[in-house]
Amino acid sequence: MPHIVTDNCQLCRYTDCVSHCPVECFHSDDERLYIDPDVCVDCGACIPACPVQAIYDVVDMPDDKEPWIAINRERAKALPVVTEKQMPLPTADERRAKLGF
Amino acid sequence: MSQLSGEQEHVHIAIVGSGPSGFYAAEALLRSDQNVAVTMIERLPTPFGLVRSGVAPDHPKLKQSILVYDRITRDENFNFLGNVTVGRDVSVSELQTMHHAIIFANGAQNDRHMGIQGENLPGSHTATEFVGWYNGHPDFRDRTFDLEQEVAVIVGHGNVAADVCRILAKSVDELRHTDIAEHALEALAQSRIKKIHVIGRRGPVQAKFTPKELRELGEIPGVRACADQQECNTAEQCDIELAAPTNTAAGKNLTLFLSYAGAAPTGAVRSILFQFYVSPVELHGTDYVEAITLSRNELTGSAFSQSAISSGVTETVPCGLVFRSIGYRGEPIDGLPFDVKRGVVPHDGGRVVDDKVGQPVPGLYVTGWIKRGPSGIIGTNRADSIETVESIIADLGGLTNTPKPGLAALRALLAERGIRTVSIEDWHTIDAKEIERGQKSGKPREKFTRVDEMLELLS
Repeated sequence: MPHIVTDNCQLCRYTDCVSHCPVECFHSDDERLYIDPDVCVDCGACIPACPVQAIYDVVDMPDDKEPWIAINRERAKALPVVTEKQMPLPTADERRAKLGF
Repeated sequence: MSQLSGEQEHVHIAIVGSGPSGFYAAEALLRSDQNVAVTMIERLPTPFGLVRSGVAPDHPKLKQSILVYDRITRDENFNFLGNVTVGRDVSVSELQTMHHAIIFANGAQNDRHMGIQGENLPGSHTATEFVGWYNGHPDFRDRTFDLEQEVAVIVGHGNVAADVCRILAKSVDELRHTDIAEHALEALAQSRIKKIHVIGRRGPVQAKFTPKELRELGEIPGVRACADQQECNTAEQCDIELAAPTNTAAGKNLTLFLSYAGAAPTGAVRSILFQFYVSPVELHGTDYVEAITLSRNELTGSAFSQSAISSGVTETVPCGLVFRSIGYRGEPIDGLPFDVKRGVVPHDGGRVVDDKVGQPVPGLYVTGWIKRGPSGIIGTNRADSIETVESIIADLGGLTNTPKPGLAALRALLAERGIRTVSIEDWHTIDAKEIERGQKSGKPREKFTRVDEMLELLS
């Protein structure tokens, strides 16, 4: 079962997960990250790396995150891979505080 | 960097060890805007460290990180020198004369001792030996494990303990088409193991399993995972730990342990019993392990720094096999500072620090388990190596004042000493042969488990 990036990444895009990924499975647009489920090896190293807990193993995601499975698959295939940590979005810290992390 | 005029002047960097941390360091160096030449030195003829010899054979997906490492080896500024032991075939100071910087990424493969009576009785093993044995690591090729025994005790609540438990618990048919070593498959086919105790000195909330690994132990066909309901009750300080937003893994683990505690008995062939709040105090037996005495613990201290203290109450559990997986230590290398207590090399952001003077040693760096201790998973090493390489890049101005000869000089020295080095092309030969050998039995590969066999193939 794959891992997915979910809504908390929006307005944050901290990209700490990218540094922890052993196989380069993260893709990015201007707003957030997506995991390519065909490249992800399900190691879970990215989960604790995310400052806003946006990443889930599909096995234990809350039910309302389910639509993100398809979104990650589709968007990842269409976007370039990200291999290095980048600057978070300017809205990141505000969003993080709002999310309670 | 003023001395490095001209395109051909490389910054020569040696990486000792070819596991994940070594490869991610190579990747970060080769991606930097510096003109770097990397020489990776490995004591075995085969690369990839614990991805080859640590990751369990029934976790093939995790081994796909090898695809990334393989891509790194194809960089024109990357070189692999296998079958070379630093500290024996070449010294650290010799490497220093040839390279601008050395990164030690040689891991921490020695198990910690329990320090109890009977620990060295036959039948008492380290998890490392068992893992190395089933993964075909040449160092552990000739170890033997008495799988005629019915009860095994695994000491430790981390992912290595989970691997050992899973390999002991699974039916051999589930392993047959993995890259498990043939000798291990044959031995496991005869296994009579019925019960596996997995014991930890603290509680379910402090267990270090990643939830994924723990869940897997509850899903093995024909195997029942059990726990004691009472031991899964949490007290106030544990509840504080569970409530911390950064500690979601603990909550997931507890939910799993509770489900194991509540599960109805089944007709399972084998069972796994998770036991908490117990420490081993003695192994008994005359010629062989026959029982283990456990001391019951209580937790003391506040959330996230709770430690186990003995209550004085003990129980003795009959068992014929003991595996300890209670932490790992690095091996000191001559010429490199070493923290004997922690079993790691002291460092500051990856810069090796000489403890006596409290200053970084110019040109020496560490990454991976030898740097931070045996924690995290494969990907954790990528972030760790990125940090070390950032330190190196920042230091380069001071390191590159003197030109260094790099790989050519190292090759010449090793040739003079009669060392048969193994190149990446040699590894491709070994790799292809292993894959071919595996085809007969429907395995992804049949590993060579002796260095001599590998070198013979290459001769």
